[in-house]
Amino acid sequence: MIAHAETTPPARHPLVSFILRWVLTTNHKEIGTLYLCLSFTLFLIAGAMAMIFRAELAQPGLQFITADFYNQMLTLHGLIMVFGAVMPAFVGLANWMIPMMIGAPDMALPRLNNFSFWILPFAFFLLLSSLFMEGGAPNFGWTLYAPLSTTYGPPSTDFLIFGIHLMGISSILGAINIIVTIFNLRAPGMTLMKMPLFVWTWLVTAFLLIMAMPVLAGVVTMMLTDRHFGTSFFEASGGGDPLIFQHVFWFFGHPEVYIMILPGFGIASQIIPTFARKPLFGYASMVYATVAIAGLSFVVWGHHMFATGMPLAAELFFMYATMLIAVPTGVKVFNWVATMWRGSMTFETPMLFAIGFVVMFTIGGFSGLMLAITPADFQYHDTFFVVAHLHYVLYPGAIFATMGAVYYWLPKWTGNMYDERLGKIHFWSAVIGLNLTFFPMHFVGLAGMPRRIVDYALPYAGLNLFTTLGAWMLGLTQLLFLYIVIKTIRGGEKATDQVWESAEGLEWTVPSPAPHHTFDTPPRVE
Amino acid sequence: MGSNSSESGATFALPEGFQDFTRDWSADKQTFQVPWGKAMMWIFLLSDTFIFACFLTSYMNVRMSTRVPWPNPSEVFALSFGGDPIPLILIAIMTFILITSSGTMALAVNYGYRQDRAKTAALMFITAAFGATFVGMQAFEWVKLIVEEGVRPWGNPMGAAQFGSSFFMITGFHGAHVSIGVIYLSVVALKVLKGDYEASGNYEIVEITGLYWHFVDLVWVFIFAFFYLW
Repeated sequence: MIAHAETTPPARHPLVSFILRWVLTTNHKEIGTLYLCLSFTLFLIAGAMAMIFRAELAQPGLQFITADFYNQMLTLHGLIMVFGAVMPAFVGLANWMIPMMIGAPDMALPRLNNFSFWILPFAFFLLLSSLFMEGGAPNFGWTLYAPLSTTYGPPSTDFLIFGIHLMGISSILGAINIIVTIFNLRAPGMTLMKMPLFVWTWLVTAFLLIMAMPVLAGVVTMMLTDRHFGTSFFEASGGGDPLIFQHVFWFFGHPEVYIMILPGFGIASQIIPTFARKPLFGYASMVYATVAIAGLSFVVWGHHMFATGMPLAAELFFMYATMLIAVPTGVKVFNWVATMWRGSMTFETPMLFAIGFVVMFTIGGFSGLMLAITPADFQYHDTFFVVAHLHYVLYPGAIFATMGAVYYWLPKWTGNMYDERLGKIHFWSAVIGLNLTFFPMHFVGLAGMPRRIVDYALPYAGLNLFTTLGAWMLGLTQLLFLYIVIKTIRGGEKATDQVWESAEGLEWTVPSPAPHHTFDTPPRVE
Repeated sequence: MGSNSSESGATFALPEGFQDFTRDWSADKQTFQVPWGKAMMWIFLLSDTFIFACFLTSYMNVRMSTRVPWPNPSEVFALSFGGDPIPLILIAIMTFILITSSGTMALAVNYGYRQDRAKTAALMFITAAFGATFVGMQAFEWVKLIVEEGVRPWGNPMGAAQFGSSFFMITGFHGAHVSIGVIYLSVVALKVLKGDYEASGNYEIVEITGLYWHFVDLVWVFIFAFFYLW
């Protein structure tokens, strides 16, 4: 065994060894970085798609792109934002932070970790390559409704299906890894009810992934057999039922919504106490609320389908169950506010993003309640009001939380402080852009403008121009974020180990930048 | 921290089982005394449950929504040995074999923990052989349905087209699970026989393999009940 210490490693070209280092790495920090880079790249790509269709929607009529290309952009924007931008970003943060927060030396299964990352670039290569194929990319919306995706889907739909299979495998393996790490690698004394909330929310999220992703894999497999093997699960002419597609899809789809938001809750619960200089208000109730939200998320899928003609009893059940979710979510919002109440608050960039998250997520939550009311939903369904709602929940919920987390932990990762002034500019331009983009959508939606359509009636024109201008502002702002991050990596004011004055947790006990290996001997948590 | 015990006990008395539960969950370091490998297998099986549930639910949905009569399983799956056709006889034998294999698997786990290499490996090979027999009989059943009765994923002479869709989808997916299980069992059995686990004395992998195998068995019980008996 000692023998191979004597063999000198073969001399490699620096570029080769650089690539091999990142391809073969099993270090949780490096894999975390890879996830975050991939996620941001895809975020920019999917964002650019939104820029394209927003440019088209600036005025009524067709100016720049065809209706079919509009549909393709819409579909890919949704799919890539969900599976490419938000989920990998959270997994990247989990990789970086969970071992450091629970005092573990690494993830429980480092090689599996490497594998689950490196599947992803290929999955998105499959998905994006569909743009260059005969017949174009998938054009039926990210919800893949049958029979649009089965009978009428372009040939490239199969690439989408296999892409989704790969993403599913990656997510399930990643989730297994995270659960096992949290259950088995906590430092002595780190009991479950002492874990930082980011870890708790990720634990719950991982269980959601385990239970939701297989259902998506199952439903796209049935899509595949419907397309090619003559089955007719969703084919009404063959005796199948297109509605079962929606039921199964949303059985995945609703937990997926919480997969994209729960880690954001965790991040807000880390950032707010630090800058309010008070411990988190109601830690235990936060944990229970997270678990309650996750449990409820499996019994509310029907609220996406009110307009499909469900039995009255089902409509009532889904309506009440959906409204019930507002209770644990409300507990969380009140806890964050109570944490800030009479705290000695300062407003560094992470805190700004966290507060922006709380405020705007609450707006999205309220419009969600409006949509949950079945009779009202008949009016709102498939209008821009739904678009406004989901973007108010996801943009502040997932993207702002992730960006806040990056500002919060970047000094720990790189050893350098980011540029506070630029960070604040980034935040404020993002907030203005976001509200300019999505707030007018409420109005055009209530006025009846349908979503997913390339053209619209003249009365909606003014507000849509606002939306487009806001969208471009919001999109360009993210380039500033890229600049800030690169600038911080390259240098800047040195960060202390503690970084933030009153931040608590094991991650602040290790040096900045965090060394390649942390916690060779487990720390003792009191 | 002198009042440590009163901290976890709420002011109202919880039932005894709950007290243990809370103690476990708020305990130091590990919630469950479960090693990584086993935890991973359990979590994986949870996800697998959902994918089978997805297929079975879709099957039940098409079965209820179809306007054409569903083929009668007792007739479709009947087999005759010279005389009158006996309903479901092949499936009954297959089920019997698979359930038996669960028994041999449980024995293998038991011998594994006693570190009896030869018996563990032998029992695992027997389990794998039962599994292979099951897959073989399933292949026979598929051939019979496809060649003799003309069942296709897109239709069949007996009734609703979804019969073929669901049948091939569900039993195919399950059969793939059994086939993978046979390979998995054989690999682990070989490693047991070679003494790969002697150094650590840790035969947990046998139990982990067993978890997978029992799961595949359990799923078959559901398929049997919902597809063949309904």
